[in-house]
Amino acid sequence: MINAEEGVFFLTGKDFTNAGAASSSLKGVLEKRGVPQDIIRRTAIAAFEAEMNVIIYAVAGMMKYRISNTEISVTIQDMGQGIPNIDLAMTEGYSTAPDYIREMGFGSGMGLPNIKKSTDHFVINSMVGEGTTLEFTIRLANGDKERA
Amino acid sequence: MNLQEIVNRLSLDVKTPGLDLNREVTGGYVSDLLSDVMGNSSGGNIWITLQIHLNIVAVASLKGLAGIILVNNRRPDEDTLKRAVAENIPVMTSALPTFELVGRLYALGLRCR
Amino acid sequence: MNLAEILSILNARMLTDHVPLQKAVESAYCADLMSDVLSFSVTNSLLVTGLTNAQVIRTAEMAAIEVIIFIQGKSPDSQTIKLAEEKRIPLLVTDLSMFDTCGKLYERGLRSQFHHLNQAPIITVRAQSL
Ligand SMILES: Nc1ncnc2c1ncn2[C@@H]1O[C@H](COP(=O)(O)OP(=O)(O)OP(=O)(O)O)[C@@H](O)[C@H]1O
Ligand SMILES: [Mg+2]
Repeated sequence: MINAEEGVFFLTGKDFTNAGAASSSLKGVLEKRGVPQDIIRRTAIAAFEAEMNVIIYAVAGMMKYRISNTEISVTIQDMGQGIPNIDLAMTEGYSTAPDYIREMGFGSGMGLPNIKKSTDHFVINSMVGEGTTLEFTIRLANGDKERA
Repeated sequence: MNLQEIVNRLSLDVKTPGLDLNREVTGGYVSDLLSDVMGNSSGGNIWITLQIHLNIVAVASLKGLAGIILVNNRRPDEDTLKRAVAENIPVMTSALPTFELVGRLYALGLRCR
Repeated sequence: MNLAEILSILNARMLTDHVPLQKAVESAYCADLMSDVLSFSVTNSLLVTGLTNAQVIRTAEMAAIEVIIFIQGKSPDSQTIKLAEEKRIPLLVTDLSMFDTCGKLYERGLRSQFHHLNQAPIITVRAQSL
């Protein structure tokens, strides 16, 4: 049995050069542990969407992860503008991304819905003017559903 | 090629009631980036995209495009459709992803430049 | 369909080094919006895109996309190519339009195998506003 392990990555708003580096490192950690490919992909997709949101909408943030024998849990916390209406933000297609973000291939309003769909448990908390915190978990133990 | 014929052959779902689909389609243009379509599409092209931003209609109208096909079952909101009807830009939807839809349009003989 | 075939069908060039030309893809996907690519996550697939920034490579990495084709002769900068080489994602560029690129690959038998991500069973949403 492998021990639980945890770590943290720091994220800087508008740092598009390194955008995705934290999710990439997390993916590397999971690969090293021999986590099944499908679970790695779901975790990487959710982490990357959350990371991009911090880069695009917040000033700074961090991604913390904890991997046990039964699940992967990731918390992405940022300091930033926050989300005034979470139901609206969770709606597919809803986005406040400015034009230059759209031209980069983001801002289609699919990120949060993608996180919800690729994880087993997802909590989002936000305080306008302060920041946003996302927590998601993906189960590792048997009972894992087969997913696309 | 005629837009009505494309709609029939690919079983597209027309979202803009009352617009005449008897119009000539000169070619296809695929992009999800408004600036790219503004810069590079040609008049009479049918635009294939998953972008549902309100401004797609404005772009299509400015460039004189033959219509917009939204893929992956992407649903534009009511405002976008109203504007499309007002600007005489037919909007159609398909459940297919871009690659599949374009493949079929290409097989019908449509090209991009 | 393998890379050698794709290169010849599209008259494309390889931008990354050390790529085995017999490497094959089973499915293709075409988009400029990265969240869309992520939501359709299909393994062993090819991405046709008009964007050339580093986030495209990151998206491919996360979604387990194996090959990227850029269109209309658009190549990414050398740093982005280096990132792709690190991640072992072959990059190709063709002078064809996105439309003709998809059309020609489809004509030669390539398809999109697509499935959306499933719905998660438990969702908790709590909003806090001022
Ligand atoms: N960390 C955050 N801080 C502030 N606002 C956020 C944050 N994350 C999301 N939002 C808000 O929620 C909206 C929806 O987010 P979501 O990730 O679903 O879509 P998007 O980022 O706009 O586009 P995509 O993710 O498809 O590229 C955003 O446009 C933004 O207004
Ligand atoms: Mg997002």
